[in-house]
Amino acid sequence: MWKRDEAVRPASGQPGAPQTAAPSTAGSSGLRHEASQGMEKDIVNIGKSIVIKGELNGSEDLTIEGQVEGTIQLRDHVLTIGPNGRIKAQVFAKSVVVLGEVTGNVTTTDKVDIRDNGSVDGDIVSPRVAIAEGAHFRGSVDMQRKGAPAQQAQPATKPAQAQTVPPQAAVPQAAQRVGA
Amino acid sequence: MGLLDRLAPRRSDPGSQAGPTPAPEDPVFATKALRKFLTSLVSRELPLLLDLGPVVGANVTFFGEHLGCKIFVEDIFSDVDRHVREGKLDELPAFLGRRFSQSDGIFDGVLCWDLFDYLDRPAAQALANQLTRLLRPDGALLGFFGNTQSHDMRYTKFIIVDEVNLRYRRYPAARGRQVILLNRDIIRLFPMLRVTDSFLLQNNTREILFRKLA
Repeated sequence: MWKRDEAVRPASGQPGAPQTAAPSTAGSSGLRHEASQGMEKDIVNIGKSIVIKGELNGSEDLTIEGQVEGTIQLRDHVLTIGPNGRIKAQVFAKSVVVLGEVTGNVTTTDKVDIRDNGSVDGDIVSPRVAIAEGAHFRGSVDMQRKGAPAQQAQPATKPAQAQTVPPQAAVPQAAQRVGA
Repeated sequence: MGLLDRLAPRRSDPGSQAGPTPAPEDPVFATKALRKFLTSLVSRELPLLLDLGPVVGANVTFFGEHLGCKIFVEDIFSDVDRHVREGKLDELPAFLGRRFSQSDGIFDGVLCWDLFDYLDRPAAQALANQLTRLLRPDGALLGFFGNTQSHDMRYTKFIIVDEVNLRYRRYPAARGRQVILLNRDIIRLFPMLRVTDSFLLQNNTREILFRKLA
């Protein structure tokens, strides 16, 4: 009622719209531009049938319902992964809202919000993180305290290998303290 | 409606938007060891924490705000469920032995919750060996252990209300609790750790805090 879809416009013809380095669009609809009545803010929507492989940069809010592989950079804007969105990418944005699936690391300057049925498989770096009850998440969350120095990504992983610590003698003091 | 049910809604965390909506049927129990676990981490700058339970938004927010830590969520309960469903429980020890790709001694703290109650002895030992490897010297490991036999086919999400209260939220599991571990069995699981604190709560949960020998 309050939003009205305008005519479909190709990405190249939309000033300020996300630029795709190597888009391979599966469908003729391209990027959809929605103008909200009474609002100056544009919302760009990548439809369900769209597949983008490459680098996606933009300077406005973006909703993805299709598939993106590569890198997404919306440094000062909100990225929404819709329920049908499938992302395999490194994501950099001001805020990210996840209702679909994201595989890859997500870095924001404001907030990551994984909603019910949303899925993130990757590492999150963000000052604020919200994960809903029915959300799926596997990875790490780095919520740096305000004023804390930015931490360089540590090589936290090494090639998977089965490594066990040989059992040693129990510590006698420990045995005495249990059950105290 | 019991007294605990009446109290539960008032003890919810109003500041956490990330957490699940508090349900009145979720009981809240005191915790003695969580505060000590936090104390052991707070002196570390940008500590690394490993959480072996299902992801809980409120806990992620809590640890992020209180410790400024980086938290790794590895839901081993879902791994156990998958092995049960596929009829491959005998492969679980080997799976857990190669489950973690992180470097040795990288974590300042490990949250096991009550995971070990659901594992057979070989799987428990394989996991304990891995956690010992991952924990840095003087790092802390917190585990909960049941004290009574239960055939309840449910896991528990431990949702942090505050430093001294946990909300217990049950959810379906593919298997129930296994044999109760005696204190000496628990100690033998972690030969390179020492028990620094052990509490038996009124709800028959044993909270045990370990530190890795420096």
